[in-house]
Amino acid sequence: MNKQDKVRTRTAIGDLTLRLLTLGMALVVVGLMIWIGWQMYVSSQESIAKFGWSFLTNRVWDPVKENFGALPFIYGTLVSSLIALALAGPIGVGVAIFLNEMASRKVRSVISFLVELLAAIPSVVYGLWAIFILAPMLRNSVEPWLNKHLGFIPLFQGSPVGLGMLAGGLILAIMILPTIAAISREVMAAVPNTQREAALALGATKWEMIRIAVLAYSKSGILGGVMLGLGRALGETMAVTMVIGNRPDILPSLFAPAYSMAAVIANEFTEATYSLYLSSLVEIGLILFAITLVLNALARLLVWSVSRGPKGGQLV
Amino acid sequence: MKKHRRKYVNALMLALFSIATLIALVPLFGVLGYVFKNGVMDVNLKFFLDLPVPMGMTGGGMANAIVGTLILIAIASVLGIPIGILAAIYLTEYDRLSWFSTLIRFTTDVLTGIPSIIIGIVVYTAIVVKMKHFSAFSGGIALAIIMIPVVIRSTEEMLKLVPHTIREAGYALGIPRWRTIIQIVLPTAAKGIVTGSMLAVARVAGETAPLLFTALGNQYWAHNLNQPIAALPLSIYEYATSPYKQWHEQAWAGSLVLIFLVIILNATARLAFRTRNN
Repeated sequence: MNKQDKVRTRTAIGDLTLRLLTLGMALVVVGLMIWIGWQMYVSSQESIAKFGWSFLTNRVWDPVKENFGALPFIYGTLVSSLIALALAGPIGVGVAIFLNEMASRKVRSVISFLVELLAAIPSVVYGLWAIFILAPMLRNSVEPWLNKHLGFIPLFQGSPVGLGMLAGGLILAIMILPTIAAISREVMAAVPNTQREAALALGATKWEMIRIAVLAYSKSGILGGVMLGLGRALGETMAVTMVIGNRPDILPSLFAPAYSMAAVIANEFTEATYSLYLSSLVEIGLILFAITLVLNALARLLVWSVSRGPKGGQLV
Repeated sequence: MKKHRRKYVNALMLALFSIATLIALVPLFGVLGYVFKNGVMDVNLKFFLDLPVPMGMTGGGMANAIVGTLILIAIASVLGIPIGILAAIYLTEYDRLSWFSTLIRFTTDVLTGIPSIIIGIVVYTAIVVKMKHFSAFSGGIALAIIMIPVVIRSTEEMLKLVPHTIREAGYALGIPRWRTIIQIVLPTAAKGIVTGSMLAVARVAGETAPLLFTALGNQYWAHNLNQPIAALPLSIYEYATSPYKQWHEQAWAGSLVLIFLVIILNATARLAFRTRNN
């Protein structure tokens, strides 16, 4: 072998090695996803075999009698997340419009940094704050006020407790707001300026321009952002566990304590003393995994279709 | 008249968007303000140097939890960052357009949205049960799984900013592709990659849920990585939900330290990236 051949072989080996190594690491992502689903499916077999579909509709959660149903947790997760969505959705989109369409460059960079900070605060710190500041505030002023003025609606009946569904929903709203704002802003930024100019040239006011050009153009992306926020709310664990009250009941009042899927896993997982108990908890995790997986997949497709696509770009 | 109505609607809507922004910032300052006010008294030298004391005794700190968090972050970074960077190299340098790389990108994005407590369950059933004990190691693995997709996406963005002319210059000099990637492309994007990795570290530093059934927490020092280990978020959770006032104060102090760590990481990363972009 002459010298040139040697160099050529070495180059080929080096290229192949790096290519295979990076390919292997890229496959790790797909492998992780499959592994997570498989592992949860296998570990929840005992519960799936024993309860079947009735696991989803059973309202009883009684570890002493070995009777497990997920309905109270599914209910608590959905209701608290919907409260969060109803509050954070409009506000998050409003923040995105303010940042993208109204704020000057300087104001935008400061406020978007602050909103990013809101996303960076750890969940457990939100929980601590909610236990000692938010919940007493709800108990002493917000809930009595709601009860007095809107008490004819069953949602606002009952004694003000503080720690309950409403507290859980509120803290979730705060936590998903940055997600909704950031994704909405990203898709709004992808609206071509010519659209805005065309609307303004037709004599639209600023709000009309936003409605006709920006929102109409980016609405499916905004919907994707809201869905990503919902996904985050469904799976959020610590802050909710600390304030939702942790009682597996389905009650009409938002003031009453409730329970969420993530919270019951967090609280009872290390205390599950026999295998059916543990298996039931894992099955709740499996349901949560399935819901967030579908929701995230749909949301990503929506956001991709509007803002950036899979972001390939030209190769050399 | 109609013209005026349009003006009013315009003013009203613009005012609403500004108010929404103000409302969004209230909880930020609320949380930061209260954590500072309630925590600052208890953050002193003892807090960083002492172990927690049993209920009823005064004093005590969170030294083991602070060191535990740093150890967990280190394990997660050692595992997660290289995997993330290598995967991102594949997606930018070898395969940008095919259905396969689109699938990987999609899976990465979806993985980011999987609740962290699910990762905790999976690591528990797959690793903790097999090894028959909770450990720092399993906690680090759980955090690494959360980091990987974050690192991949940020590194990918950074590698894409590297101009093609730089790669072409490498090839024109007869440098093999793998050396071009390692010695030319990566160093060009190094600052951005470091920034992205810092953000990924900040993201997992405050994670509690995946540590509940992996690292578990520990009142004392962990002497090796096969033992349960304390972590700052775990201690905050435990103290905050306890009935003791003295522990509540420790929880506020722990939160102040944790927030400080996370914000410093975030702010440094963002500022570094911003100056680079300008």
